[in-house]
Amino acid sequence: MAVMAQPMKRRRWSVMRRREAIAGYLFILPWLIGLIVFTAYPILATVYFSFTDYNIIQPPHWVGLSNYTTMFTADTDFWNGVGNSLYYALISVPLGLAFSLGLALVLNLRARGVGVYRALFYLPALAPSIVATVVFLMLLDPQNGLVNVLLRAVGLPAPGWFEDPSWSKPALIILSLWGAGTAALIFLAGLQEIPQALIEAATIDGAGAWSRFWNVTLPLLSPVVLFNLVMGVIWSFQVFDQAITVGGTTGDPLGSTLMFMVMIYNNAFRYFSMGYASALSVVLVLAILVVTAVIFRTSRLWVFYEGQQRDA
Amino acid sequence: MARVTPTPVEGERPIAGAPSRAVRKTNVRRLLVSLGRHLLLIAVAVVFMGPFYWMLISGLKTMDEIFATPIVWWPKHLQWSNIGDVLNYPGFPFLHYLWNSTFYSGSVTVGALFSCSAAGYAFARLRFPGRDLLFGIALATLMVPFIVIFIPTYVLFKNLHMIGSYLPLILPSFVAGKVGTSGLFIFMLRQFFMGLPWELTEAAKVDGAGEWRIFWQIMLPLVRSALIVVAIFSFVWTWQEFLGPLIYLPDASQYPLTLGLFAFRAQRTTDWPLLMAAASLTTVPLVVLFFLTQKYFVKGITMTGLKG
Repeated sequence: MAVMAQPMKRRRWSVMRRREAIAGYLFILPWLIGLIVFTAYPILATVYFSFTDYNIIQPPHWVGLSNYTTMFTADTDFWNGVGNSLYYALISVPLGLAFSLGLALVLNLRARGVGVYRALFYLPALAPSIVATVVFLMLLDPQNGLVNVLLRAVGLPAPGWFEDPSWSKPALIILSLWGAGTAALIFLAGLQEIPQALIEAATIDGAGAWSRFWNVTLPLLSPVVLFNLVMGVIWSFQVFDQAITVGGTTGDPLGSTLMFMVMIYNNAFRYFSMGYASALSVVLVLAILVVTAVIFRTSRLWVFYEGQQRDA
Repeated sequence: MARVTPTPVEGERPIAGAPSRAVRKTNVRRLLVSLGRHLLLIAVAVVFMGPFYWMLISGLKTMDEIFATPIVWWPKHLQWSNIGDVLNYPGFPFLHYLWNSTFYSGSVTVGALFSCSAAGYAFARLRFPGRDLLFGIALATLMVPFIVIFIPTYVLFKNLHMIGSYLPLILPSFVAGKVGTSGLFIFMLRQFFMGLPWELTEAAKVDGAGEWRIFWQIMLPLVRSALIVVAIFSFVWTWQEFLGPLIYLPDASQYPLTLGLFAFRAQRTTDWPLLMAAASLTTVPLVVLFFLTQKYFVKGITMTGLKG
């Protein structure tokens, strides 16, 4: 009897397992379809299109590297777009991180009714990008906007903001800071994970507020910093809504707000050079990949995961 | 010094009822610190919420009050008529756009809930070859930038003659194909599904339930809060979308609120009261949603950050 029971049990187990595996594949089938149709295929197609001349109406026509060479040598907008995007990313990301971390630290102060403040700080992030842009267009109106009126009232110079080529990007950066609420709440969650005991131990050891922050809080917060940093970089390289609302498709004034993403949009949907636009997309994605990889590589030096020993 | 009544000395046990000087000093300091914290919070809140308030109040001003000096912090008469003007303005059919936005966000949310919960469940509780690799891929899609897929996707939909409808914008969510967000939702739901006890599945199987029934009747109801978080974020992020509708919806009558506001501004660039009223109307639904479901927002953001 025992000899008979063994094979039967094994057979039943594998039938159940097989049924489970089939169910598994069926459950992920929608996602798999989406992955192939809307992620894998488009990525490959973009790379393919980048080597072609494609205006949608006629089939793509292979041109090898000519899109790339045009980009680097013959397209005046290209280097302008690169410069603008780099400027924007390099300033708005660190500034945004510092700002949202500051907000989180303020929110972390144990004061009554902090939930109300938390809600208030998050609200601006809810506003769609167009709304925020339109509001800041009014606030930063060079002649009559509230900001300049206040600046003049205290005797400070009132810049031309969105109408001045040298101030349009800083204005965009200020606009981006207004949306720091989401990152701030993520930082806040990270801050609240830090065990109070550690902070208290540091205080007992005589550490002042800054020293506590720099040596205890920040290292423990570093994974969250990494996350917000990477997300911030990826987002800032692709900024579009604000740039196109403020500067239109030509990056007014004088091309100062022509961000890379707007350039891609122009080439794809106004000039219908899908091939060239794809090449631009490839370049942008490579840039994002490189920057992200560098960030991750160097993160080993400054990100501190719990349980690890850090060299003094 | 000679004293008539014994006064407590610093640090000594106080006489019943009278706090020692040390305790009094600490209380005062604590009060000052608390006051300072509140002041700081209020100051930051004022600066940060300033633009928001300015938008709302400007929507209720007259054209002269907008840029008047001295600054009009609160208009003499609240111009509620501005709202009426916006609603009736032929170039900004607000209610129509509102419906478009709601339909769009709602459909995408349904699609996301359906496809992401199924995938999240499978990755969490079903065993099949390649599962962990596929989950890794799902996570990797979080970092795929939109630019690298949007041109061929546009071409695909053009060839399917779907440009000019919401289909290109909604279909991807039904197959968890919205790069960046779908992966996040799958991850979140998987986390929740993994937290459910295995005994439930075993008991259900003993009762003869098939995988689908287990999923639909037992597991899904138990992750209700995760589903609500996914629904809220999907709704809000879709409501805020701009580039997608811009490229797929050439016809103004189909615009969601974001595009409508963009076009409205292009027409009435300097009609600030009306513009601000329109902007406020675009944002208010989200704010209402936020206040109704606050705790889910916080929960969702917390999970995003901690697991990131």
